[in-house]
Parts: sequence; C-alpha cells; structure tokens
Amino acid sequence: MFESNILSLSIWVPILAGILVLATGNDARAGLTRWIALLGSIAGFLMTLPLYTRFDYADGGFQFQEGYNWIPSFNIHYHLGVDGIAVPLILLTSFTTMIVVLASWEVIQKRVAQYMAAFLIMSGLMIGVFSALDGILFYVFWEAMLIPMFLVIGIWGGPNRVYATIKFFLYTLLGSLLMLVAFIYLFHQSNSFEIIDYYMLPLPLSVQLFIFFAFFMAFAVKIPMWPVHTWLPDAHVEAPTGGSVVLAAIMLKLGAYGFLRFAMPIAPDAAHYLATPMIILSLIAVVYIAFVALAQQDMKKLIAYSSISHMGFVTLGLFIFNPLGMEGGVVQMISHGFISGAMFLCVGVLYDRMHSRQIADYGGVVNTMPTFAAFAVLFAMANAGLPGTSGFVGEFMVILAAVQENFWYAFLAATTLILGAAYTLWMVKRVFFGAVGNSHVAELQDLNKREFVILGVLALMVLGFGLYPQPITELTHATVEQLLTHLAQSKIPG
Amino acid sequence: MMNNAITYDLIAALPEIFVLCMAMVVLLVSLFLSARTLYISYILTQVTLLGAAFITVSTHIPAVGYAFNGMFVDDPLSDILKLMIYLGTSMVLVYSRSYIALRGMYRGEFFALVLFAMLGMMIMVSGQHFLTLYMGLELLSLCLYSLVALDRDNPRSTEAAMKYFVLGALASGMLLYGMSMIYGATGALELSQINAALVNGMADRSVLILGLVFVVAGVAFKLGAVPFQMWLPDVYHGAPTAVTLLVGSVPKFAAFAFVIRLLIQGLQVLTVDWQGMLIVMAVLSISIGNITAIAQTNLKRMLAYSTISHIGFLLFGFLSGSMNGYISSMFYISAYVLMTLGGFGMILLLSRKGFEAENLDDFKGLNQRSPWYAFLMLLLMFSMAGVPPTLGFYAKFTVLQAALQAGFVSLVIFAVLMAAVGAFYYLRIVKLMYFDEPQDHAPITPSPDMALVLGINGMAILILGLMPQRLMELCAYAVAHSLQ
Repeated sequence: MFESNILSLSIWVPILAGILVLATGNDARAGLTRWIALLGSIAGFLMTLPLYTRFDYADGGFQFQEGYNWIPSFNIHYHLGVDGIAVPLILLTSFTTMIVVLASWEVIQKRVAQYMAAFLIMSGLMIGVFSALDGILFYVFWEAMLIPMFLVIGIWGGPNRVYATIKFFLYTLLGSLLMLVAFIYLFHQSNSFEIIDYYMLPLPLSVQLFIFFAFFMAFAVKIPMWPVHTWLPDAHVEAPTGGSVVLAAIMLKLGAYGFLRFAMPIAPDAAHYLATPMIILSLIAVVYIAFVALAQQDMKKLIAYSSISHMGFVTLGLFIFNPLGMEGGVVQMISHGFISGAMFLCVGVLYDRMHSRQIADYGGVVNTMPTFAAFAVLFAMANAGLPGTSGFVGEFMVILAAVQENFWYAFLAATTLILGAAYTLWMVKRVFFGAVGNSHVAELQDLNKREFVILGVLALMVLGFGLYPQPITELTHATVEQLLTHLAQSKIPG
Repeated sequence: MMNNAITYDLIAALPEIFVLCMAMVVLLVSLFLSARTLYISYILTQVTLLGAAFITVSTHIPAVGYAFNGMFVDDPLSDILKLMIYLGTSMVLVYSRSYIALRGMYRGEFFALVLFAMLGMMIMVSGQHFLTLYMGLELLSLCLYSLVALDRDNPRSTEAAMKYFVLGALASGMLLYGMSMIYGATGALELSQINAALVNGMADRSVLILGLVFVVAGVAFKLGAVPFQMWLPDVYHGAPTAVTLLVGSVPKFAAFAFVIRLLIQGLQVLTVDWQGMLIVMAVLSISIGNITAIAQTNLKRMLAYSTISHIGFLLFGFLSGSMNGYISSMFYISAYVLMTLGGFGMILLLSRKGFEAENLDDFKGLNQRSPWYAFLMLLLMFSMAGVPPTLGFYAKFTVLQAALQAGFVSLVIFAVLMAAVGAFYYLRIVKLMYFDEPQDHAPITPSPDMALVLGINGMAILILGLMPQRLMELCAYAVAHSLQ
C-alpha cells in the first residue's frame, strides 16, 4: 500500500493533519495546537522523503503513478505522478511547511489553530498541484490552494491586508479561468483530461497560440512575470511572515512549473514561436525590476521585487530551450525557495522585535544581534548570487546557456549579478552595519534557540546546494532531456 | 381497457393527487389548532413531503409514460425533479420555522400555500400540454404572490407582492399570447403534436417566430433573465426572508422543466431561432447580474443579482442545444438551488426576533462568533463564485464545456471573465466574516434540526464538489431517458 500510494499520502497526510488541528485546537490550548501542527508537518515531510530515496534517476517519465476513476462522466481521473522536476519542488514544499510552522510558534497568538491548519492544508494542496497528471485534478488543487492563502493574508496580515489579499485572489483567479477554458478545449479535442494525452495531441499553430496564451495568463501571473507582477509586492508586504515564506518559496514556483508541465509541452510550436517575446519579458523582469528593488524603502518589498527579478532567470532559462538553461532554471527555483524563504524569515525576526519593516528604522543591528547578522549577511550574499552559495549555481547555469543562444541575452542577464548585489548589500549595509541607529535597536535581543535552528538549517541548505548541487541536477537531468526531445518535435498536423 | 387507462392516469398523477389532498387537510386541520398545537401542521406538511417522495419513488419506471390523453407526462426527468423539489421544500420549511414563528406568520395558511405552490411546480414539471403547463405556472405564481404578502402589515412586503403580481401577470399574458400564436400556426396544444407539426414543416413560420418570441419572453421573466429581471431584486428584498428562500430556490426546478418542455420538447425544430435569443439574454444576465451585485449593501439584493447571473450561466447549457447542454443545465440548477438554500438559510440563522440579518455588515466577524457557520458560509460563497473544490465549480464547468462543445468560444471566454468579476462580491462576504471584527455579539442558537440540516447543506457543497459523479449521473439519467 505504502509503495504505490506515496503521492496520495504526501497530499492527504498534511491535509488531514490540518483538519485535526482545526478540530482539536483552540487558543486556550495553543501550545498543544502548535505541537500537533508541528508533528503533522513532520509527518508530511517524512511522507515525501521516499520520493527522493526511491527515485529512478534513469527514468525521465512519470514515476510513482497512481490512478483511479474520479468523474467518469467527463473522463476525469485522480491520476498522480511525478518526474524529476516535480520531486525537488515537492520536497521543498513539505520542508518549507515545517519551517513555517516553527517560525510562527510565538508570533501567532490569535486563532492559532486556523493559522496552522491553513498552512498544513495549503501544503497538501500544493503537493497536489505538483503531482497531478489530470487537467481538472490539477485545476482543483491549483484553485483550492488560493483559499487558505487568501485567508492567511486577510486574517493575520498587515494594515492594508484586505486590499492585498483580494487583489492576490482576483489576479490569480482571472488567469486560472482562462486556463480552465483551455483545458475544456483540449478535452473536446482529445476526449480526455490526461496531461499525457495532451502531449501527444497534434494541434495547428493558431490553436497552440491560443492555448499557450491561456496558460500564460495563469502562470505568468503566478511567477509573476512583468507586467502582471503588481499583486506580489502588495501581497508580500501585507502577509504574515509565514505567508510570505510560502508565497515566495513555493507559490511562485508553481507558475514556472506550470510552464514546464503544461504550456511548453502541450503547445511546443507556440512556445518556440513566442520564445523571443518570453525571453524579452524575462529580461525586463531581471533588469528593470532589479532597479525597482533598488529604490525600495521597505525590506519586504525589496525582497519581493528581488523575487520577481530572480524568477525572471527561471523563465529565461526555460525559454532558451537548451538543457543547461532548463536545468539551471530548476536549480534556481529550488535555490530561490530556500534563499527567499530565509530572507523573509530574517525580516520576520526583525519585525517581531521592532514592528517595523522600514529600512530607515534600523541601523547597526550587528552590534546587538551578532549571530543574527551573520545569518542575514550569508543569505544576502546568496541572494546576490555569490559563488559558493546556491544562488550562484542556478544563475550561472542560466547565463552560460544564454551565452550559447545570444550574447546580449547573457549580457543583460549578467547585469543582475551587479544589480542584485547592489540592492541586497545596500540594504544590509543600512540595516546591519554602522553605528547603532536608535534606542530601539540598542535594546534588541539576539536570536533565540528556535530561530537559530530555523535559520541554521536554511543556511546549511543554501551552502550545501551551493557547493554540491548534484542532487538536484541528477534528479532533473533525465526529465529535462526527455522534455527537450519532446519540445523539439513539431505538433502541427500534416 | 378504459378502466386501465384511467387507472394509469391516476397512478401517473398520484403524487399530485396526494399533495392536493394533503394541502387541503393541512388547511382544514389548522383551523382547529391553537397557536400551541400548530406544530401539528408543520409535521403534517413534512409528512406530506415524505409521503409524496415515497409515492414518486415507488411508481418510478425508467421510461416515459403519458397520461390524461397526453396532457401529463410521468418520465424520469419529472420524477427526479419532483424528488428534488420535495427535498428543497422540506429544507425551506426547516429553515423558516423559527423565523416565521417569531414574526407571527406561523399559521396554517403558510403551510397550505407552500404545499399548493409545490403542487403547481409538480404540474409544471409534468406538463406536456400548453394548458397543463400554464395551469401549473399560475398555481405556483398565485401562491407565491400571496406568500410574499403574508406579512401583510409590512409595507415593503406588500409593495413587493404588488410588483410581483402586476409584472407576473404581464408575463403570463405574454406567455399565453405566444402560446396562442403557436397554436394558430400548428393547430396543436400538445407538445408532441406541436413538434410533429413543426417537423412536417406545415406551420407558417412568421407567426411561429412571433409566438416564439413571446413564449421566450414569458419564460425569461419567470427565470429572471435580463431584460426581464426587474421584479427579482425587489421581490427578494421585500419578501420575508423565509419566503425569499422559497421563491429563490425550488421554483427554479420548475422553471428549468418549463424550459425543457416548451423549448426543447415542443419547439426543438426552432433551436436556431431561440438559441440567438438565449445568447443575448445569457450575456446580459451574466454581465448585469455580476456588475450590479457589486454595488449592493443588502445581502438579499446581492443574492438576487447573483441569481440573475446564475440564470445566465444556466442558459449557457440550454443554448448549447445538445443533450450534453441540457444535462449540464440540470446539474447547474441542482447546484444552484442547494447553494441558494444554504445562503438564505444563513440569513435566517442569524436573524432573530426583531432583527433581520440581511445587511452585509451583519456578517462581520462571524468567524469569531461561530467558526463553524462562518466556514459553511465560506463554502457557500466560494461555491457561488465557482472556485473548486466546491459544487459550484463543477456547475460552471459543466455548462461551460457544453457551450464550448457547441463552438461558442468567445461566449465562454466572456463568461469566465465575468465570473472573475463576480468573485469579487462573494469574496467581500468572506472578508467581512473573517477579516473584520464583529459588531453584533448575540449568540447564535439555532434549533437542533436547523443546525443539522444547515450543516449537511453546507458540507454537501464540499462533498459533492469532491465527488460530483453521482449527481452528474442522476442528471444524465433523468434527461437522457426523457428526451428522445
């Protein structure tokens, strides 16, 4: 049973844990609630581990498949399966959920059970998104995931939370609905909702362009690509720390994953046809958004813009259509998951103590919080793409791939190594270094044990993958090769 | 031989006959009951519904049977719609019991009128002849007019009832006018004969189309599709909430059957002609319903405009003009009624003596007052917005795929864009419940039966959203075995 149902367990264990937390928890027994949530998230993580240990590196197709009839009236199946691109993202998801539960231990005091349950349920739903092989199953997970995030931002968020969360929801919903139309269209062409059937379906270029556009609306909003990125800074600034971490570490990856799983393989000719515009949009995100980040006064907003800029690298890597770029994109996704999560946690650490995210309110934090400052500088370096950290690996691979394609792509992409360093290090300088800025900073307490453990684990991940990225590239290699072979074949009939 | 025919007629109409007798029993018995013993009428009404369900199930056969010389039909579609009507009416009664008791409307007439209204719906569902259909419609409408005015000292209710009556009469007039023209063109009143005359191409087309326009206008009025929606917000708003619950929910099953009988069984040959009209109405309903709903502060009015947009989506199934489309319309209407029952049920839940929880602000902070009911309302709102994993998603999914199959690509894209607009006002309710502080701290104390039924209603939205197959099969069975 456990052999064949690993994916189902990975999805449903955290969801059931979330329901259990909702049912048993209340604010009077918040301690118990937190422990149940932590155990649930650890159980969820353990469920996903076999995906890594039992993965067959030579197989580029879908593994751990399970399928049942779900809605025979429309030929919809409960069909799960993962390939080398989905597995690292699933592990990232279950790992991040543990981190988020731990990080919210003391900060969240009101409605603890609902908060923890929202993250556990969201974790299961996101794993569902990464493992669904049926269009409607994917869509159900994709949309359902919005509901807990909507509530997390709206209930525990900052002063402007209502605006931010409704904007987040409507933006994403609008994009997704067009994707639904595309799925239904494909269903009427193939009488199936199986993604694998869609891969084989011949489609004329005009139809492919329409389908690619529909998927683009859904996924570009999620990544987010310029110019549909405006919801992200709002959502990040207003979300509680846990919400920001999940948003940056996982939800943004869902969009890139969607391109890899749906838009590109289903409409490969359209993807080639539109590769140049996609690359240009990615480069605008990389360069222009980096300048925008430079101008931010608010730490969370700065990191949010930096996320958009880094995700530009991922889409750039995907649309260069060579193995190095695509693998680089995947590595960048995982690495950005750890780094952006860690950066948001660092801001959270400061915000919990000072209740301000304004860079101007800080200065000289290193004097009172030396351990914390060490971590923060490490993550900032990783964000800037310093060799030796995981941030470097993905960006370097993508830039190398871009050189093979067109020198100017590589040139523009490489400016991020300067701009990224500029906005990140300038922020670090203003927040951490110099003389103690004001009396509040002078009273700051350094990290407690819980915070130390969280940031320590993330630091190990960032350094580990920076020095030894093989685990990710080995996982993805066969899948990327197979995907590129598929993409090279035209699907235009005749 | 003659006797057998009469026996069959009586068996086919047995649920109607039973409900008619019981409605009169309830009316009479209530005369002899004091306020303290009036619960007997309530129980009798519920027993009637149960009995009718029993009769419908036990006389069910998966085939079409005509009775009363082809004026009345007993087919799987009518049986299943009737069962849904009994269930819906029973839920209406459970939800409204304490509400009407606190407002002095807990009288025998209420139950008798509800039963007569239901009888009207049943006749509409089984009507196979212009006269039967019209008779059922009028019986239903007259009962609803008087129910809306039941709180007779309330000026808003009486105004709503008056408006409803005048406009309803106008619509009935249009319907009759259209029917008379079709009769003039085809020489038949029975649906199958009309269809036969059209297939033979004997009818005068210009008269026929003029008649069709009037019939569609009459039907659209009853459904509440734009541009015949004017009465709907006022009636929803003005009627006592318990009556709004009734007006907004179960009669839609009858209206659905009405469209199936008239446009599809009777006038299928004219599909291309009514398709165009339905497209215009569907587009207008979805856009005006969704956009106007955003501006509402009264929840009953908001749900009225949301109804208008749902009717637009319902029309998508019909205008596909295929079996797939009719099945999806039936699925949509079932989902819609379940959601509406839950939505108005929540308003009734929060209302108490002298207080109507009908403004949006009355839902503020519901999550802090009762996480359970807030969660149910959350499910209902996301379902109405069409967000998975709720029933409302599959409702939209089925009608959109039917329309897409029929080739209406731009129409479908327009509809999903409007659905995103509509999501805004449903989200606003969720926002009020979860993100705001409560203004009202009164405890929520529903009767145990209401708590149970409302809980099941809300969870059904989720469970049917996760496993919609059974309901889809039921709709497919009903439609496929009844339309040839």
